[in-house]
Amino acid sequence: MARSAAQAQDAYLERSQRNDKIATGVLTLIVGLVMLIVVSMVLFILSQGIETLFKPGFLTEASRANGTQGGVAYQLFDSFYLLILTLAISLPISLGGAVFLVEYAPDGPITSIASTAIETLSSLPSIVVGMFGFLVFSVNFGWKYSILSGAVALTMFNIPILVRVIQQALEDVPASQRDACLAMGLTRWETTVHVLIPVAMPAIVTGVVLSAGRVFGEAAALLFTSGMSSPVRLNFFTLNFASPTCAWNVFRPAESLAVHIYKIYGEGSPEAQTIVWGTAALLMTCVLLFNVAARIVGKALARRMTAE
Amino acid sequence: MSVETSAVETDSTSADFMASVSSSEKQNRVSGFAISDEVVLETKDVNVYYGNHHALHDTSLAFHKDEITALIGPSGCGKSTFLRSLNLMNREIRGCRVDGEIEYRGHNINTPSENLYELRKSIGMVFQQPNPFHMSIYDNITFAPRRHGVRGKDVLDQMVEESLRGAALWDEVKDKLDKSAFALSGGQQQRLCIARTLAVHPDVILFDEPCSALDPISTLAIEDLMRNVVKDRAIVIVTHNMEQASRVSNRTAFFYMGDMVEYGETEQIFQRPNDARLNDYLTGMFS
Amino acid sequence: MAKQMPKRNLEKVGLGVTGACVVLVTLVVLALIIMVAQKGLSAFFKDGVNIAGFFGGTKWDLSNSDQNGMPYTGALPLIVTSFSVTILSTIIALPVSLGSAIFAVEIRPRFGSKVFQPLIELLTGIPSVVFGLIGFHVVVGACKAIFGVSTGLGILPGSIVLAVMILPTVTTLSIDALRAVPDGYRQGSLALGYTRWQTIWHVVLKSALPSLMTAVILGMTRAFGETLAVRMVIGGIEKMPTGLLDAASTITTTLTTSMAVYAEGSAQDDILWALGLLLMGMSLIFILIIHLIGRKGAKARG
Repeated sequence: MARSAAQAQDAYLERSQRNDKIATGVLTLIVGLVMLIVVSMVLFILSQGIETLFKPGFLTEASRANGTQGGVAYQLFDSFYLLILTLAISLPISLGGAVFLVEYAPDGPITSIASTAIETLSSLPSIVVGMFGFLVFSVNFGWKYSILSGAVALTMFNIPILVRVIQQALEDVPASQRDACLAMGLTRWETTVHVLIPVAMPAIVTGVVLSAGRVFGEAAALLFTSGMSSPVRLNFFTLNFASPTCAWNVFRPAESLAVHIYKIYGEGSPEAQTIVWGTAALLMTCVLLFNVAARIVGKALARRMTAE
Repeated sequence: MSVETSAVETDSTSADFMASVSSSEKQNRVSGFAISDEVVLETKDVNVYYGNHHALHDTSLAFHKDEITALIGPSGCGKSTFLRSLNLMNREIRGCRVDGEIEYRGHNINTPSENLYELRKSIGMVFQQPNPFHMSIYDNITFAPRRHGVRGKDVLDQMVEESLRGAALWDEVKDKLDKSAFALSGGQQQRLCIARTLAVHPDVILFDEPCSALDPISTLAIEDLMRNVVKDRAIVIVTHNMEQASRVSNRTAFFYMGDMVEYGETEQIFQRPNDARLNDYLTGMFS
Repeated sequence: MAKQMPKRNLEKVGLGVTGACVVLVTLVVLALIIMVAQKGLSAFFKDGVNIAGFFGGTKWDLSNSDQNGMPYTGALPLIVTSFSVTILSTIIALPVSLGSAIFAVEIRPRFGSKVFQPLIELLTGIPSVVFGLIGFHVVVGACKAIFGVSTGLGILPGSIVLAVMILPTVTTLSIDALRAVPDGYRQGSLALGYTRWQTIWHVVLKSALPSLMTAVILGMTRAFGETLAVRMVIGGIEKMPTGLLDAASTITTTLTTSMAVYAEGSAQDDILWALGLLLMGMSLIFILIIHLIGRKGAKARG
């Protein structure tokens, strides 16, 4: 009797341990699979497009025949121009919003409405943001398909991401820093501007650059706001900002790299296909660079702040 | 690299400290007794609430010029809450309400119209953890004064030297004023925080367990410093360390569960406590 | 002494400037919700589209009109397709995400935080058109070859692509959820003689359940609203799907192809806004569910 109980106990232990081993094995397999997918996706894109990427003229020539021939120089420029305008609008607003929510927010309905609104914005499909941008900026404001419409739509997409990043970065600053400032008779404003934001800067920079990667690859919100037509000719040296060929004119239509891929991915001609893969490789490279840059810059700033 | 250097320097200076500490111990034997009648800061029936929680009941205390007052008591007794009421820092905590009168130089400061920013220049505060800013030593001292409108390199230079000398830190850091404050040792950082507070010439300095994160030698240095800077101002210190209270303070108040139970000259509080709870606390029945 | 703004005014300026940012964002969001709702509802109240027909009808064709001169506005095929890809992609992604999260937190924490998490976060950064492109060439091609169908477009490739896209969201949030379980729980369970796997299954996952559910719902929110990647692999034919490899169209993909085609204010335009309203309504419902889970979790913790 006692012996069989001991046997049962042994069997139970053995079974548990075997299950443990099986579970660990399965999990290892899953993780291996995920890593394989990520790595092979990145390598696949790069290998498909790397040749085109280094083809002379791809990065320096305008596209021809509605994007199926030529290069992607203007799309590359437009992508960065859109990104910079988007950050120029969304960064100050997000910074202000995050500071309000962390430092000033009085308890009560206003704050909870505001944080719910930001949360809602973050979960809205980007196509809905694009439709709203189309209706309000392109149609009602009469901006038509323009860089400005696109940048404002991207701003709406970017603000919730940035607010959350900056909020987190400010909350991670030790409370003792804030106490020290306030106890010397400084305002919350001075505390935030001169002490909290500098301390939070590495995290803020990392978050902003990462969000820039997201903005850079976003396309759905741009289809109806900045449009899908690549400019045929851009003049970078004119100061006539109203001219449709002036590169800096924010009221001209534009096409980002991501939108360009969407526009021509179904084109059957071999040349169009090499352009698609080249553009995808370019987009991936930029996003990877943003990713790496975010980490390096963040770490460098953090080191500079703590070491000195 | 810098960490190692500062560690070595701390060691070389600690001997000096021991010397200076013991010498000033000898001249400064007055602690334990009241020495002044001039009240700088006074509270009348102060109550503090966190939301619905009544954290401090009807506390009335007076703080005198040239004197150090210690607030002692077990954790959660309300002593830090009370301390943070004195410079209205509790207003920075959401849901916290302070009732009652807090008179600074005869005028009630616990009013909505009180200018917090001017007040906090007069009533400085030093915290539990050394909390220098992520700036150079020089900028740590000048940051607040510059924000308060002090200008001119000569003025600022002089202020830095005075404050650092006042905090007995000048000799250790005068050659590295442009170095980050985080390169200093913990004790040096805390003295820097005191120097930073001295730079705005406060009338009262509140210390919230200033030595609880420090080693014994640094602790003695801070205590010595308090005795030096108390001249012409009032100091209030919250401490868990009863020896510290008995070493540095002129008067002591004992808090227990949100009540100020007993208040008197330090010598009397420690030698002849009236309240049974205070007696139990002093004899180590609870802590 | 230089002249300076009094502190009290400075604080008011700070409060005003930052408060204005928050108010601006809030107003824009409110404007968005109101405008989408107003445009979407006008399809029913102004143009007289039948609500029951919208949710129940199976014929969607905006370019042709029925005998009453109204376009065909039965959105059920789109709704069914949208939910199919969302649910199917969640079913594919969930075990993988959860398994990876368990591995990265419980089994190899160092590897998890140093190697696996940066890698998976890289996936978040890949633009959706790139996912679509790979899906179009690799996944669709594979479906065609494996199942011997003519195009290989449809709900299945759409769900696979979406599964990979929501993988980082669900995995990262699950990792956070598991990390938040106090170590004491694990040590207590191990001290009672449970194996690591039993500990994970009975103790860790159980206590992280509300956060894990939030992670899954956020993944579903993303899958439901995703547009271009799905558009590139699903075929874009607005009819009731009959199989997983049948060209179909989701709410979002129909919007992509039809929006901005019809004149502003036309019945066709309004009905597309009704689809937009449906999308917005779904994401609001997802948020609501997350809040309810959070509130329940908070109540359970006391």
